[in-house]
Amino acid sequence: MSDVMLQEAISVAASLMLLISFALLAQHRLLSVLHWFAAQGVVLALTTLLVAVISGHYELYFSALMTLLLKGALLPWLIWRIIRKMHVHREVEPLVNMPVTMLIALALVLISFYVALPIERMSQLVTHNTLAIAIATVFLGMLMMITRKKAITQVIGFLSIENALFFTAVGATHGMPMIVELGVAFDVLIAAIIFGLFFTHMRNTFDSLDLDVIQEKSKR
Amino acid sequence: MTLWALNLAQAALMVLAAPLLAGIIQKCKARLQNRRGASILQPYRNLLKLFRKETLLAENASWIFRTTPYVLFTTTALAASVVPVLLVDLPSALIADVIAMAALLALARFWLALAGMDIGTAFGGMGASREMTFSAMAEPAMLMSMFVMSLGAHSTNLSTMVQHALHLDHLLPSVAFALAALLMVAIAENGRIPIDNPSTHLELTMIHEAMILEYSGRHLALIEWASQIKLLLFATLIISLFVPWGIAESPAIQPVLAALVFWFGKVVLLTVALAVLETGLAKIRLFQVPEYLSTAFVLAFLGMLVHYILEVGA
Amino acid sequence: MTGTMNWFVFTLLSPLIGGLLLAFIRQPARSSAINIGFSCATLIGSLGLAVAVLQQGSHEALAGFFFLDAYNVFLISLTSFVSLTTSIFSGPYMRFEWLHRDLPEQRLRLYHAMFQLFVFGMLLGFTTNNIGVLWIALELATLATVLLVSLYRTPASIAAAWKYFMLAGMGIALALLGTILIFFTSSTIFGHSNDALTWTLLFAHAGELDASVMMMAFAFLMVGYGTKIGLAPMHAWLPDAHAEGPTPVSAVLSGLLLNLALYALVRFKMLVDGATGTAMAGHIMIAFGLLSLLIAALSLHKQHDIKRMFSFSSIEHMGLMTVAFGIGTPLANFAGLLHMTVHSLVKSGIFFTVGHAAQAMGSQNMEQIRGLIRHHPGIGWGLLIGTAAIAGFPPFGVFTSEFLLFSAILDTYPWLILPVLAGLLVAFAGLFRFVQPMVFGPVPAHAVAIEANMLPVYIHFALALLLGLAIPGPLANWYEQAATLIAGGAAL
Repeated sequence: MSDVMLQEAISVAASLMLLISFALLAQHRLLSVLHWFAAQGVVLALTTLLVAVISGHYELYFSALMTLLLKGALLPWLIWRIIRKMHVHREVEPLVNMPVTMLIALALVLISFYVALPIERMSQLVTHNTLAIAIATVFLGMLMMITRKKAITQVIGFLSIENALFFTAVGATHGMPMIVELGVAFDVLIAAIIFGLFFTHMRNTFDSLDLDVIQEKSKR
Repeated sequence: MTLWALNLAQAALMVLAAPLLAGIIQKCKARLQNRRGASILQPYRNLLKLFRKETLLAENASWIFRTTPYVLFTTTALAASVVPVLLVDLPSALIADVIAMAALLALARFWLALAGMDIGTAFGGMGASREMTFSAMAEPAMLMSMFVMSLGAHSTNLSTMVQHALHLDHLLPSVAFALAALLMVAIAENGRIPIDNPSTHLELTMIHEAMILEYSGRHLALIEWASQIKLLLFATLIISLFVPWGIAESPAIQPVLAALVFWFGKVVLLTVALAVLETGLAKIRLFQVPEYLSTAFVLAFLGMLVHYILEVGA
Repeated sequence: MTGTMNWFVFTLLSPLIGGLLLAFIRQPARSSAINIGFSCATLIGSLGLAVAVLQQGSHEALAGFFFLDAYNVFLISLTSFVSLTTSIFSGPYMRFEWLHRDLPEQRLRLYHAMFQLFVFGMLLGFTTNNIGVLWIALELATLATVLLVSLYRTPASIAAAWKYFMLAGMGIALALLGTILIFFTSSTIFGHSNDALTWTLLFAHAGELDASVMMMAFAFLMVGYGTKIGLAPMHAWLPDAHAEGPTPVSAVLSGLLLNLALYALVRFKMLVDGATGTAMAGHIMIAFGLLSLLIAALSLHKQHDIKRMFSFSSIEHMGLMTVAFGIGTPLANFAGLLHMTVHSLVKSGIFFTVGHAAQAMGSQNMEQIRGLIRHHPGIGWGLLIGTAAIAGFPPFGVFTSEFLLFSAILDTYPWLILPVLAGLLVAFAGLFRFVQPMVFGPVPAHAVAIEANMLPVYIHFALALLLGLAIPGPLANWYEQAATLIAGGAAL
């Protein structure tokens, strides 16, 4: 594959990441959120693979495989198990309605573009123009965490922030050193396990994973 | 001289081929539903029948009611005639501006809404208000999607845009976003499932049909023909802007004939896809339509952002 | 050097092994004893390390992956010391909780294991030379405490732990973004390797790092690590987490974790100062610190729960420290470092006292706590002295550090004195307004007698007193060196 084609492929992957971040915000059903999250993991692995080819860093191949297994398969499967075990109510309940969320999301993309522009210019890397999209995906993940009332969708928002950060690292700096990557992946895994434990506790105590209910009941 | 003749022929093609398109859709849907379905040429027979029938007018119908079908047909046909179908550069290219085309379609819609309210029936007013609300949201999405394409071509002239699209050698994500947005808007603008069911008989679920409930005879024929032309218009627009390969760049016989074949093939593919979509999806509820349209707008806007972020060096 | 290496490995491995071992010990009494044992070992290790650094100066260990200098060596000893006293305190305290509240044995097992792992995370964070590993260590420490906050499984505690987890998660994500941005610019100098994340190298070459990228990275790091420090307006998790978790957890959160986050922020400030050559980073820190100080001082007055009230006091003091490090002159840095030390000691001592007071009175509500001095003089005097110490009474260490801070403010931004003083006075008033009826007054009917080991508390207060009167030579030396280092002076 020629360099230009690789660069275009990375651009396509970056726009897919952005699209998936928007799609995560737009879903009504919990399972579709999960599916899009899994898709995000797959696109992330694909991006890592492309950057590995174009940059020649061999550890990125391993990173790509790890991302695919962890974020494309293991994490979504863990969350799916939790959703099934807890009989979570299927609907996603946002704080503000969907069109307004979309407009806020668009504003965030504009802001991150504005923020990233002066930085992009100074990078000599091939993938330098994905920095704006990477920062945008981080912000969109945060928007998802803030505007969701269900604990599970907040968790998926948190995990999508981690995905976006990994994407930032891969796109802006061609990945971080292996030790840091491993440590971060390990942390994410532990966090996911703790989330699972949390959901069990919340379920047992509140009979619900809806944060409005939890706020109400905890005030007493 | 020949260019002008070609131009007129192209316009006539669009106008005359539109009912065929509608026939193909209804045949496909019938087959998918395990029926034989009427023949592909049935819409022509329907139009002829309607033209021969008596035109009934309500007592309090004003001149607006009587004029609307003609205005509708003329503006839609005019809009359809400027879209590059067979040849990239035709004399009509001078007025082939994206914004002008949107304006023509808006004009048609405006008249139709007035006509819907003209007689004073409840359904007509309901249809008109729904139509205007949804088009208020669909217009920005459509224009934004076109703008994304025009950013690359540095012009809003359709011929220039098609020319640019023809010679594109990169894979551009912004184009993909714009395509997705335009597809969604096309479905909404033409009142197909999942926005509006064109073959429904339940007045409370109608949007477009509700406005034309009072029409009969030649008026109804013109209006139905106009909506068929509008569908062909959008299909051709999508084809010419996003998959233009095959379109003739020089007015010689061979490229033009080849272009005709390519165009027809692509249109058929698109209509079959539409038929499958209509069969597979259900009509979404009215309060979900704004969400659908804002998704289209967001996609188009994303296309624009992606264009600036990824494709222009800034 | 190998001597230091041995001490170092011993100090780091002790809590790690302890944590892993404690995951398997079932009896609470044995767990608590083993907990104290490992904490003791860690303290011995860190004291040995401190002596080694005293003799040989700062240096790097384990192929440059870790390093010790004047700034982190006393923090390591402080962390091990406070974790030891906390584990001593938590022995009888958690036994009482286990007997009188709904706290099954396997949760105590979780508690002890997580406690040691938390200490490991702290020590890893203090000693690492790699800013990526610093992030990992802070995340590890956070994850260890998250489950502990919800230990009692009451609705309020689970809600508090969830809020903690979510806010800390967002903060730490922003901090990672900042770290990635730093790597972005440093990799142009050092290439794509671990060197580009090594703090000592980055500090040496700070001038070559791109200023605008560093500023942007600092913005993200400020908000991200600022959330972990508990600065307003990202402090929403702190009062809940302190109030609902068990007292030892509140003590280590306030006394230790906030310190690590502030330490991390200051390390980054040093890099940004070198890169930009302006005082922008410091100004941002002053703004956040001042805001936290004022918001905390005002919020203090509206509290009903004693732990929440003291947690706002923690926010106030972290704000004060952030202002100190933001001002950045050697005098201000000295004040900040001293304040970090005494605040840890006094605040954890206060939380120990408060824990026992709540046990004795059966509630954390300040209306229910009365007459402590009569009911249990040890606790009563402890609370009184602790509050006086944290409010800034001479001759305790807090007074000294605040005095030094005021001198530094007068040197640089004299107008800052007004809001800082106002905040401190408002907080002072709030603290005493609540503590006075709690300590004095008649003993309520529902008070129970408890066995409380107040020795750790008094040792903490005595140390704070000592630091206020006369800072021991080596420590003062370290403070000075660290203060100069942070102010951008010569590296050690």
